Amino acid sequence: MPAEHTPARRPRRETVTGVPRSARRPPGHAPARSEISEQTTLGHTYVRSLMRSQLRAALYALAGLALLVGSLPLLFALPTALGHGTARPFVWAALGVGAYPVIWLIARWYVRRAERNESDFTGLVEGR
Amino acid sequence: MNQTYAVAAVTAVVLATVLIGALGLRISRTTSDFYVASRTVGPGLNAAAISGEYLSAASFLGIAGLVLLQGPDMLWYPVGYTAGYLVLLVLVAAPLRRSGAYTLSDFAEARLESPQARRLASLFVVGVGWLYLLPQLQGAGLTLEILTGAPGWVGGLVVAVVVTGAVAAGGMRSITFVQAFQYWLKLTALLVPVLFLVTAWWGDDAPRARFDAPAVFREHTAVTIDDTVRVDVDAPLTVTVSGRVDSTAYDGDRVTLTEGGHLVEAGTTLGFPAGAHVPERAATGGDPSPAAGRGDPRSWSQPLADGRDGHRLYATYGLILATFLGTMGLPHVAVRFYTSPDGRTARRTTLVVLGLVGAFYLLPPVYGALGRIYAPELTLTGAADAAVLVLPDRVVGGTAGELLGALLAGGAFAAFLSTASGLTMSVAGVLSQDVLPSRGVRHFRLATVLAVAVPLAVSLVATNVPVADAVGLAFAVSASSFCPLLVLGIWWRRLTPPGAMAGLVAGGGAALTAVMATRAGLAPEGWPHTLMAWPAVWSVPLGFLTMVAVSLATPRRVPAGTPAILARLHLPEGLVGRPRPGQPEGAGR
Repeated sequence: MPAEHTPARRPRRETVTGVPRSARRPPGHAPARSEISEQTTLGHTYVRSLMRSQLRAALYALAGLALLVGSLPLLFALPTALGHGTARPFVWAALGVGAYPVIWLIARWYVRRAERNESDFTGLVEGR
Repeated sequence: MNQTYAVAAVTAVVLATVLIGALGLRISRTTSDFYVASRTVGPGLNAAAISGEYLSAASFLGIAGLVLLQGPDMLWYPVGYTAGYLVLLVLVAAPLRRSGAYTLSDFAEARLESPQARRLASLFVVGVGWLYLLPQLQGAGLTLEILTGAPGWVGGLVVAVVVTGAVAAGGMRSITFVQAFQYWLKLTALLVPVLFLVTAWWGDDAPRARFDAPAVFREHTAVTIDDTVRVDVDAPLTVTVSGRVDSTAYDGDRVTLTEGGHLVEAGTTLGFPAGAHVPERAATGGDPSPAAGRGDPRSWSQPLADGRDGHRLYATYGLILATFLGTMGLPHVAVRFYTSPDGRTARRTTLVVLGLVGAFYLLPPVYGALGRIYAPELTLTGAADAAVLVLPDRVVGGTAGELLGALLAGGAFAAFLSTASGLTMSVAGVLSQDVLPSRGVRHFRLATVLAVAVPLAVSLVATNVPVADAVGLAFAVSASSFCPLLVLGIWWRRLTPPGAMAGLVAGGGAALTAVMATRAGLAPEGWPHTLMAWPAVWSVPLGFLTMVAVSLATPRRVPAGTPAILARLHLPEGLVGRPRPGQPEGAGR
């Protein structure tokens, strides 16, 4: 293992096991970051907050799916129950074509939201 | 249908699969390449591969056949298969990738730190995988039989041999290329003929497909019944008969069938006049029970319960729950996420998959509706899955029709090959890690042979058992077992190994038992039958509740590494992977 001397003025509290993979690594740890990697109570709180925001995004997406797609069988049963014939043309349009763009748009909304949650979190932890 | 074109198309697809697999073999150098394509597959290629793998024969042939038989309610199948990916995306995709699990068993072990939980999960992975492989092999046999008249076992054997070869030789790297190619092939194979078909339909004054009344023969049609069947005639019907009907032998005589049920024996040819209603096929094997439905042993998925609205609504929600929640637990789907470089890419890949899969599913319903108009006798012969294959010949005709039919045959074979190879890859992965004594590429190849041989043997032996429902069954079992395990494992801190194992057994076991009992004819008529045929509505909550209740009852068994694991599942990659000084890499994993 090559003994490496970094030109940094204060000693880095880190065990060097090889050549650094990336030379562009920011010098030193942001405090929140070490709280997380050292699994302190505060670190857990950070993780929980991210989990909560991600779970909220997931539940919103699932609620959208249940409301827009999951409610369709009830909607289709309505005309028959009320004695107004069948909803067949609507069934074809909704299930044959309409459902797919709705599902895709929910997915896109979720992906953007989840990525924003993550970048917000990274910003918070990195102290930016 | 011209056999030469069809055989040429199937051969071309098989050869292309082997060639692309061999290409992958040349660049598949390391063990990591072999198992997970070195985790460097970008979203575009990976999404095409995932879609190619996911769109099985049930999608390519089965949906059109079901729509032909049952009407637009059957469109819940493709919608459910698509929405399943959305649920997978929002609840599981990125954390599953970040867990570093290659199979669902790896996930169970990493999250629960329990070898027993791992073994139980492995059992379910292999079970669900085999349940799903079986109809692929049987469908291949059926397709080749329709196209060329070859005996039923040939198609299954061809698929099994090609898949074993491709997987054992090239592993994940070559499979990724093969499956990406097969997605585009399948899309082309459905898209090109549909343009011709719709043009021909338009030129034919665009007749409407009717689903609320029996299908109608457009011209004089001779139908040969392959297996003895009971038909329901809704109005007196004069047909020419060669064969035996109601135990009386005829030889080209004109017979008037009265209103009600008639038994048509195997090998009988019925000649229907133009404008006649197609008789409804009653339950197979002379089983008179109405609740058994018009279910056919050769159809891909079970029809929704007939008759009363309450049953129908319940069955629809059973189907919705099974497909929405079952997708995430399918073994070949989970493996795919590991090939993404990181969690963020896994999410983006899933978004592309949703686009590709959704675009594909716009096409099969068109075949179903056109099949209702132009191939109505399929509701009688029961070979409704053949609708996609026979339509070009029926509607376009001539050499063009034959060429289009050959293209569809090639696409259907691509569907069998891609799904079967993905399933084989994942089942073999579990077998080689958890069953065979040592790891390594050589044992993986042995496991591949084992993974294919078992369902192949069952498909050869049990040709007449209604195992083709296995796709729906696989979804129901997966939704009741792996869905609770993944969702609670990723989002709930208090999950314990005993809880997870109890939930797997209770949910998955209940779904499996219920459907098997229905198939065996043990379920009583009425609501019990409907409840047992569509178990997901109650077995999914059962799985979740058991998991939660047993976990809460065993609070001291919460794995010590839970906080670290959850942090790894949810934090972006850049923020983790720096273990505490002095702690060895991999501790707490």
